[in-house]
Amino acid sequence: MAVKTYREAITEALQIEMRRDPRVIILGEDVVGGLGGTNGEVEAAGGTFGVTAGFAAEFGRRRVIDTPITESAIVGAANGAALTGLRPVAEVMFMDFIGVCLDQMLNQMAKFRYMFGGKCDVPVVIRTLMGAGFGAGPQHSQSLHALLTAIPGLKVALPSSPADAKGLLATAIRDNDPVIFCEHKVLYGESGEVPDGEYLVPFGEANVTRRGNHVTIVAFSRMVLLANAVADRLAKEGISVEVIDPRTTSPLDRDSILESVEKTGRLVVVDEGDPYCGMASEIVSLAATEALDALKAAPVKVTPPHTPVPATPHLEQEWLPSPDKIEKAVRATLDSKLARAG
Amino acid sequence: MDTYAVNANPSLDPTLEQPTRDELLAMYGRMVLIRRVEERLGDDFTAGKLPQSVHLYVGQEACAVGVCARLEDGDWVASTHRGHGHYLARDGDVRGLFAEVFGRRDGICRGMGGSPHVADFSKGIIGANAVVGGGIGIATGAALAAQMQDRGRVAVCFFGDGAAAQGWLGEALNIAALWRLPLVLVCENNGFAEFMPTATVTAGSIASRAAGYGVPGVAVDGNDLIEVWQAAGPAVARARAGQGPTLLELRTYRTRAHTESESGFLSRPYRTVEEVEDWRTRDPLPRVRDRLSAAGVRDDELDTIDAEARRLAAEASAFAETNPWPDPSVVYGLMFHDQEP
Ligand SMILES: Cc1ncc(C[n+]2csc(CCOP(=O)(O)OP(=O)(O)O)c2C)c(N)n1
Repeated sequence: MAVKTYREAITEALQIEMRRDPRVIILGEDVVGGLGGTNGEVEAAGGTFGVTAGFAAEFGRRRVIDTPITESAIVGAANGAALTGLRPVAEVMFMDFIGVCLDQMLNQMAKFRYMFGGKCDVPVVIRTLMGAGFGAGPQHSQSLHALLTAIPGLKVALPSSPADAKGLLATAIRDNDPVIFCEHKVLYGESGEVPDGEYLVPFGEANVTRRGNHVTIVAFSRMVLLANAVADRLAKEGISVEVIDPRTTSPLDRDSILESVEKTGRLVVVDEGDPYCGMASEIVSLAATEALDALKAAPVKVTPPHTPVPATPHLEQEWLPSPDKIEKAVRATLDSKLARAG
Repeated sequence: MDTYAVNANPSLDPTLEQPTRDELLAMYGRMVLIRRVEERLGDDFTAGKLPQSVHLYVGQEACAVGVCARLEDGDWVASTHRGHGHYLARDGDVRGLFAEVFGRRDGICRGMGGSPHVADFSKGIIGANAVVGGGIGIATGAALAAQMQDRGRVAVCFFGDGAAAQGWLGEALNIAALWRLPLVLVCENNGFAEFMPTATVTAGSIASRAAGYGVPGVAVDGNDLIEVWQAAGPAVARARAGQGPTLLELRTYRTRAHTESESGFLSRPYRTVEEVEDWRTRDPLPRVRDRLSAAGVRDDELDTIDAEARRLAAEASAFAETNPWPDPSVVYGLMFHDQEP
């Protein structure tokens, strides 16, 4: 174990998997980034956020490929290469840009295996940055994981800690199905203990980040950190909050969520995605259809409003879920009439 | 100009149209304003006053100004993440720009878009765009509307060499050629897509792609205002006359950072100091200034233009800094024309 940042953990997973398996290649804009001239042989960027720094030197430019700004061709090429023997890790710099290449995700990679009668594997990973918090505006701040989760045939991972970033990414690369790997840009600088060497976190297994009995919070990606902070704050008042981080939305660990809700009878879901047709709605629907008898209060969703992300930082913060909003939601489930009646 | 052509130095060709002294002076004023605004925003970023990093237009001023000088009121311009120059070349409000970049209430888009989204429909600026290449289709649509409305309007799309890699360019060239749209596609080839040298991610020549669609493609020195102006004139005239689109490739250079924050995250420089210095010797501003001097414009007049641009930028920056943050009600109120979300 060593303390590493989320960014370093992602780098480590990529490095280990590339050393392990020569079929793994990286494709994306500025994954190398070059020094002038015509060859660009000297790396300057190593990824716009430095994740692949040093990779071109270690693995060669044949395996670490700077692409033009051409998301359809990046994901399309990753798909074709995956069908024919490689294991591409393609980068769509910001999740917002899936708009440019959605066909390759929605109609191609997600469908191949099924429509070809199970006769092919599609070992593609799309790494992409989600989330608001940097004042980057409506086209660089979205959290679209629910949109992707709603596409049958895609797996979707959302690490909330450095250890999960490493373990989930390694699993994604070894997985034989297409995985959308959603990295939260605000988490890049967060540190935490990360296991050394090869490390895998299985898909579809939630992580319980706080144990508790009174209220269940299900949170995704960066929202897990906010939920943990609220749980710690409320613990001082004797309110015991359980925090569940599903880690992957497809597959989703329904059992862990239901088990917790059966125990606490109170559910708050915190997600940075949209309140409509989103993960918060999905988890509330899960509880309502599978654990209604256990509920002592109406579940509460804490999400941004159903609007684009405003650029101005002050309103962006207002727009985002916050510890205060989460705390209020937890208290609402405890004060509920339903709860008193029960 | 029916085929791809790079003219050795058309700006000095006496058979080509030359701007009048007043036209040149006006264009110079715009270029200086863009330069001083961008430098001021760079300083404001360094001073920690901006909520996010900015992509500045320094070095490319001749492109926006030379093209926009050929436009009329009512024409449309779609722009990019590096869009302040296009906005100012179309006479966008300086205070509105600063307040937008600062994320404030009186920003041209009320602080909701920020630097890469400046738009002013009253000036025909239909949006800077943070999705690289995103403006190409939009400008094509503006050209379609212009054609249908039959008021002789023209649409211009500025985009980078990096954006030229998006499939949209080919798609737009095809329909614009088929439908003879009044569209001018202006690629500012500034040498880089972020940190990737253009040659490492761009095959062939961008201007020559037009030929396959039967569209004129012209490449000129984007650091020479007069060359740009000379190339843009026939392209805009052709569009206005209903003869269809043109693709211009303006070869220029971004002398500042891709994004002002880049020194904070790059491990090494992505270009040599010599390369940047070499391009600084081809800075578009002194080249115009020299011509104006040669045409008899006095130094003190030229200095006054510069001082005035600095004053405007400083004044707008001070305005933005003290401008209030937008009211939270806009978060909910802006999404639809007539309905709360
Ligand atoms: C669709 C899309 N892909 C990637 C990016 C990230 N990005 C922002 S600017 C940029 C480089 C753009 O290069 P170019 O079009 O040449 O314009 P320049 O920055 O040189 O003005 C990239 C890759 C983006 N904003 N949108």
